Amino acid sequence: MNSYDKLLSARDINRPNIDYYIHELFEDFIEFHGDRLYKDDKALVGGVGLFHGLPVTVIGHRKGHNINENVSCNFGMASPEGYRKAVRLMREAEKFKRPVITFVDTPGAYPGIEAESNGQSNAIAESIACMCDLKTPIISIITGEGSSGGAIAIATADKVYMLEMSVYSILSPEGFASIMYKDVSLAPKACDIMKITADELYELGLVDGVIKEDENMVKRIDNIILCDLKILLKKNEETLIKERFEKYRYIDAEVFC
Amino acid sequence: MLIDIFERKKRRWKNLRDVRKKNSEKNKLMISARMRISMVCDNGEFKEIDVNLKSNNPINFPDYDEKRKELKDKYFLKDAFVSAVGKIDGRKVVIGSFDTRFLMGSMGTVVGEKIARLAIMAQKEKLPLIIFSASGGARMQEGLFSLMQMAKTTAAINGFKKKGGLFISVLTHPTTGGVSASFASLGDIIIAEPNALICFAGPRVIKQTIGQDLPKGFQRSEFLLEHGMIDLIVKREDMKDTLSNILKLHDVKRKMA
Repeated sequence: MNSYDKLLSARDINRPNIDYYIHELFEDFIEFHGDRLYKDDKALVGGVGLFHGLPVTVIGHRKGHNINENVSCNFGMASPEGYRKAVRLMREAEKFKRPVITFVDTPGAYPGIEAESNGQSNAIAESIACMCDLKTPIISIITGEGSSGGAIAIATADKVYMLEMSVYSILSPEGFASIMYKDVSLAPKACDIMKITADELYELGLVDGVIKEDENMVKRIDNIILCDLKILLKKNEETLIKERFEKYRYIDAEVFC
Repeated sequence: MLIDIFERKKRRWKNLRDVRKKNSEKNKLMISARMRISMVCDNGEFKEIDVNLKSNNPINFPDYDEKRKELKDKYFLKDAFVSAVGKIDGRKVVIGSFDTRFLMGSMGTVVGEKIARLAIMAQKEKLPLIIFSASGGARMQEGLFSLMQMAKTTAAINGFKKKGGLFISVLTHPTTGGVSASFASLGDIIIAEPNALICFAGPRVIKQTIGQDLPKGFQRSEFLLEHGMIDLIVKREDMKDTLSNILKLHDVKRKMA
């Protein structure tokens, strides 16, 4: 499968969405709502559930499986109120010492008038900043499309994984092709050049692992989260923050000459 | 016949004058990094640091090396950011600025590393940090490495702020995308130059998404001020005095008379 095929697969409307992962991985999940300022963003889901008996906070983008669902959750494109909800829930998780698990699947943050005027830049920046000093373990899984700032806003984690067919990029290949080649139809070429697939990004050291997608996928995800939490929960808060800082401080160390 | 030639020449000169005037007005919004820093430092003097920081071609992007060499030879810039130490009315500051002449001021690994180092230095030396942002966003030629800079810069600057550091973020034309949605929006104080384009998603993308015209002045400094996103709008000629005043007001050594 080439990278363009993987892009199409990552965007497939039938691909499992966050409701599937919540159902399969967590028990007694309650979804919470609102940013306490203005609105509830349906494109960004957050709540608390039990993972092997341990309370965890779960956050992620919601995409729909048909046009009606997608319209109601804005195709997984979050607005400032979504990122502010995420920050609110992450601070709650910190207070109650709950790990945070995020599921990333978005074509990007919503590029709308209200989103901009309500501070989309500010909301994304604050979300990244919140994750930088959150005193509780964070694990992120890119399950579909991880596109641009709207993705990393909830993926600045201790551990970042990608499903085998997922993609992660600084902007959409269509956007890239349109800017670089002035021709949107060259998106497949853009996919190859940009290096957006899980395998490529793992090789570049930008993600911590690739999760195979087959009938055992959920079990694999479950096991990865379990193993990582066992290690991360043993670390004291200072060490956790320090190591997370160093992860991003030196993530590109090898490129400097 | 002669009159025709004369009229044609007159028209051509007028067009050239109009284009020059438009360009010079456009260019007034953007100035070089070194010029910008010297304009606010005492006697126009500053000490540039991390001058030779370079990166390899992280995702083997075609023509990237050649392009960078061309820009280095033309502008004496190895990348799109200049880091420096200087004094503003006698107060020592750590100061940095983007340079839009280098790939539109886009943020890649070198820019991210320079900003991280500035924040770490400011923290170590207990100095205020001032960054002038001007950027088309994340650098496409470095793929996901560029997106990671959002996390890296935010982590460093957030760490500096949490330890009591003063970060003044000055937004100049244009401040967009991954720069706007990371450290640039996290200033303790955020200043913008007049009429600067400051946004996450650019106006063209928004217009395409919503299929409508945009409000007048949308995403310009004045709009952001009205919508609560920035503290001040300051003209370039007043920038030094304003910064000096802010530094004075944050001088912890001052006591009540």
